[in-house]
Amino acid sequence: MKRVFGDRKTILILLGPTLVIYVLLKIVPVMWSLGLSFFDGNSLSGFTFTGFANFGRFFTDPIAIQSLWVSIIFALLATGGQIILGYLLALLYVFVLRKGSAFIRTAVFFPMVLPTVAVALLFRNLVSVGQNQGPINDIINLFGGKSVEFLASSVGTMAVALVMTYWSSMGFYAVLLYTGLLDIPDEVIESARLDGANGLRLVRHIVVPLSMPILISSIIFSFNSTLKVFDSLLALNNGGPGTSTTPLTLYMFQTAFNYSDYGYASTIALMLTILCLLFTLAIFRSSSRKAEA
Amino acid sequence: MTTMKTMAEPILTSTPSGRARSRRALRIVRRIPVWIIVAVLLIVVLYPQFWMIMGSFKTQTEFLSNPTWSLPQHWDLSNYIDALTRGNVAVNYRNSILVTIPAVCLIVLFGVAAGYALEVMIWRGRNSVLLLILAGIMVPGQMILVPLFTFYFKIGITDSLWPMIITYTVDGLPLATFLMAAYFRSVPREVFEASTMDGAGALRSFFTIGLPLMRNAILTIALVEFFSVWNDLLVALTFTTDPSLATIQVGLLSLNDQYGSTQYGPLFAAVSINIVALLIVFVFLNKKIMSGLAAGSLKG
Repeated sequence: MKRVFGDRKTILILLGPTLVIYVLLKIVPVMWSLGLSFFDGNSLSGFTFTGFANFGRFFTDPIAIQSLWVSIIFALLATGGQIILGYLLALLYVFVLRKGSAFIRTAVFFPMVLPTVAVALLFRNLVSVGQNQGPINDIINLFGGKSVEFLASSVGTMAVALVMTYWSSMGFYAVLLYTGLLDIPDEVIESARLDGANGLRLVRHIVVPLSMPILISSIIFSFNSTLKVFDSLLALNNGGPGTSTTPLTLYMFQTAFNYSDYGYASTIALMLTILCLLFTLAIFRSSSRKAEA
Repeated sequence: MTTMKTMAEPILTSTPSGRARSRRALRIVRRIPVWIIVAVLLIVVLYPQFWMIMGSFKTQTEFLSNPTWSLPQHWDLSNYIDALTRGNVAVNYRNSILVTIPAVCLIVLFGVAAGYALEVMIWRGRNSVLLLILAGIMVPGQMILVPLFTFYFKIGITDSLWPMIITYTVDGLPLATFLMAAYFRSVPREVFEASTMDGAGALRSFFTIGLPLMRNAILTIALVEFFSVWNDLLVALTFTTDPSLATIQVGLLSLNDQYGSTQYGPLFAAVSINIVALLIVFVFLNKKIMSGLAAGSLKG
């Protein structure tokens, strides 16, 4: 029996394509990129070895530092909001709507499958001012406020980008966390209720601790995807006004493909990778420490 | 949170039996906050999409003179015709389809095979290979763009759709392989072992048992990869060396630069096509899509 499933030819046929593609087009480029981050130039002008100069440049480049902060702040606020809204929705589905939640679950999930570019263009128009004022400013006018030109400031742009991220992904996180909440045995909830735990206290002391594992994985997943934010800030306001809402990913893209600075772009990509790893590790450490305590 | 409290409170048990009607009334009153929350939620989620689709039928004058809440006066399709012809959106859709379908097929095909080889087949080092592939999920796509761009340029395929197809395959393959390995793990080994009793080889058992058994998993992974490829902007933007190669996401972006602040109709129409097309897919496959995307993120 072992011999049949140990057949080398079969393994080679089945795994071969994936392994070849993966090694040639992923591992080799990653190594290549790692190497490039120590060089200056591009493939047309040629490369010169500059050692750690690109890294020094990164930490003294005001735009790089700014975009690093844009990415981190966006990731923190986006993750916080997504998880909180998703969790509240999941609680609503499980404990309030119960069996009747299927339609709402599906409807709220739907924006997740829409392209970020389309959602960004939608929100651009929702908050627009001027001749073709969008509904958001109409609502502000209705309550007596003056129209706000959200996309003219970096805070406004960030706020719209965040709201848009919440809008499109809260339904997804709700479903993710909902499946986790369903795994909590009914008896546990019932007996806690009989012991007098109600409402907020039930959620805080019973439901949240029991759904911790899925909460942690959701947070890690959310951080890893929001640290790589690209489409939404690009399509919403092209990283502007100026470069004030340009995330690391967009800065890397512009450095590589608008300014053909391959070496420095590779350094920025490497910093992004390190950032993702650091955040993942930090969440892992803090969660395991909490579990021990 | 207030609704949570009301709902969690134990139902009054001491009510006299003759007052069933008032009890029902009380229950309805208690449900009101829930209904309000649900209504607000649905409006927030659905109204922007509805507003965009309604806007796609409006004329330029309606955009400028009528309130933004108003419905279109006629069901006018000229914005759609404008977007599809002048705005190149038809070409963008064709490109998106020509890129997405081959990429998803390659990902699924290679992913299923690799998952079987890594999970059902028994050989030394398979766990390290799986771990190596898992590490690939963690590395952001930005890391490989510059080298791949140089590579495609050297072999002279930059003015075709191939760079996108290949890059999407590379990007999607680690997750597909990893998920397939997990799906194969959940099948009892006896199923595969029994199939080789009559002398069939492992390769044959992959085609006769493995593939049919994984029908559901394959569809799930195909959907997950479809959305990530179809909705991607980064890779598409990198390898669009010519406007004729632009996928729909890149096309929407340039349509916005072109019309964005002057002519609203065609842009609204182009976005609406996206919403409606994906809505149709979603209506039929929402259970699969939802569970698939959830599985893809948690295991990834």
